[in-house]
Amino acid sequence: MEIAALFRLQWEESERSYVLLYPEGMVKLNASAGEILKRCDGRETANGIIKALRAAFGNSDEVERDAREFLEIAYEQGWVRNKRDD
Amino acid sequence: MSRDGSETNGTIKPPHWLSCELTYDCPLQCPYCYNPIDFALHGGKLSVEEWMRVLNEARALGVVQVGFTGGEPLLFAGLETLVAEARRLGCYTNLITSGIGLDEARARALKEAGLDKIQVAFQAATPERCNYLAGRSVFEEKLEAARLVKRYGFPMTVNFVVNRHNIGETAAMLDLAVELKADYVEFANLLPYSWAWVNVSQLMPTLAQLRRSEAVVDRYKARYHGVMKIFYVVPDYFEGRPKACLKGWGEIFMNIAPDGTAEPCQLARQLPGITFPNVRDQSLEQVWRESDGFNRFRGFAWMKEPCRSCPDRFRDYGGCRCQAYMMTGDPSNPDPACHFAPDHHKVVELSLPLISGRVQEKPLVFRNPRNSRLLANG
Repeated sequence: MEIAALFRLQWEESERSYVLLYPEGMVKLNASAGEILKRCDGRETANGIIKALRAAFGNSDEVERDAREFLEIAYEQGWVRNKRDD
Repeated sequence: MSRDGSETNGTIKPPHWLSCELTYDCPLQCPYCYNPIDFALHGGKLSVEEWMRVLNEARALGVVQVGFTGGEPLLFAGLETLVAEARRLGCYTNLITSGIGLDEARARALKEAGLDKIQVAFQAATPERCNYLAGRSVFEEKLEAARLVKRYGFPMTVNFVVNRHNIGETAAMLDLAVELKADYVEFANLLPYSWAWVNVSQLMPTLAQLRRSEAVVDRYKARYHGVMKIFYVVPDYFEGRPKACLKGWGEIFMNIAPDGTAEPCQLARQLPGITFPNVRDQSLEQVWRESDGFNRFRGFAWMKEPCRSCPDRFRDYGGCRCQAYMMTGDPSNPDPACHFAPDHHKVVELSLPLISGRVQEKPLVFRNPRNSRLLANG
């Protein structure tokens, strides 16, 4: 998974959060969304990212469920894409 | 100090959008341009160094989106330097261009500078109409520019200002955007101010045209869902409800004119009785928080009835101050686009011929330095 070309993920000091910048707008991300999206750097698949999140946040099924749910929303919104979508 | 400055100062939010009008010079002559009528009389352009300072102060204030516009921003030597600085500071950088002057070297330089997105404006989808509205033969050059934008991997918005001359081509405009692989298509509402006001009776689409065009847009929205995003902003003349202009005066947006004048919208300078600050004389923070210009219509305390007690004021902020001024002579009046406004009949009068379709054709007045001097000198 990677951040789609129209979007840019960055840490925004004034908001104390990760934000997604895109043409003419900004989405402020909560802490868990930030943790998920910063791992979408083109190196891992969705499953790989979820595995890494489980490892980082207590290996719980809840973490996996939330991450999967968020990635689905992020994909639907066009924030992230699969590299093999080309 | 503003009349309600003490009330609003504690709660002033940071600006998110900085619009940099780098120059009023433009190779085109679009008759709906929102640059000031008297643009040819303005002098004293900010230097690259002054713009650099503006960008740094804006970022410190909280700006995340920077738009480089004009006139034609490609005519500003130093554009790439400013893009690189805005990007270095962490802003999302947008170039708003006619496409004229964008060659391969320029596209590459802008890519290297870190530019995030380009908006290319088209006047229409057919060469004859596009060239007519632009006042010059530019269609082929625009196509080439748009192709370069995509070849260099930029996200692209294709923008059309919807007016009576091009609205019949809505489907062709959308087909053009598809062909150019646009990520976004923006059909911008004709803003009935400045040059568009001079030509308003010749440019406002009729109600029948709008309804037909909306139906076409709906069809394309369904067909290209997930491929190309279509923004279609219709004028508020026929709706009876005003628009929340820039989400409120001094809420998120700041425009800097080529001479350094800072305004809460690109048209605010035309309003009488307000002195807008210049970034040469004060910091952007002072401009944003303390200047009379930015505080004048901020919040809700300035409103007259019926806005003052209207539950919709939190949604529409009383509408557009420029429209109130253009149509009633007083920018603090309720926006006459609202059917509760005492002056709503003025919008009705303007829109009646558009509803009946009985409009009288007159020649367009094109936006160029000669007409600017003529109109400015009355």
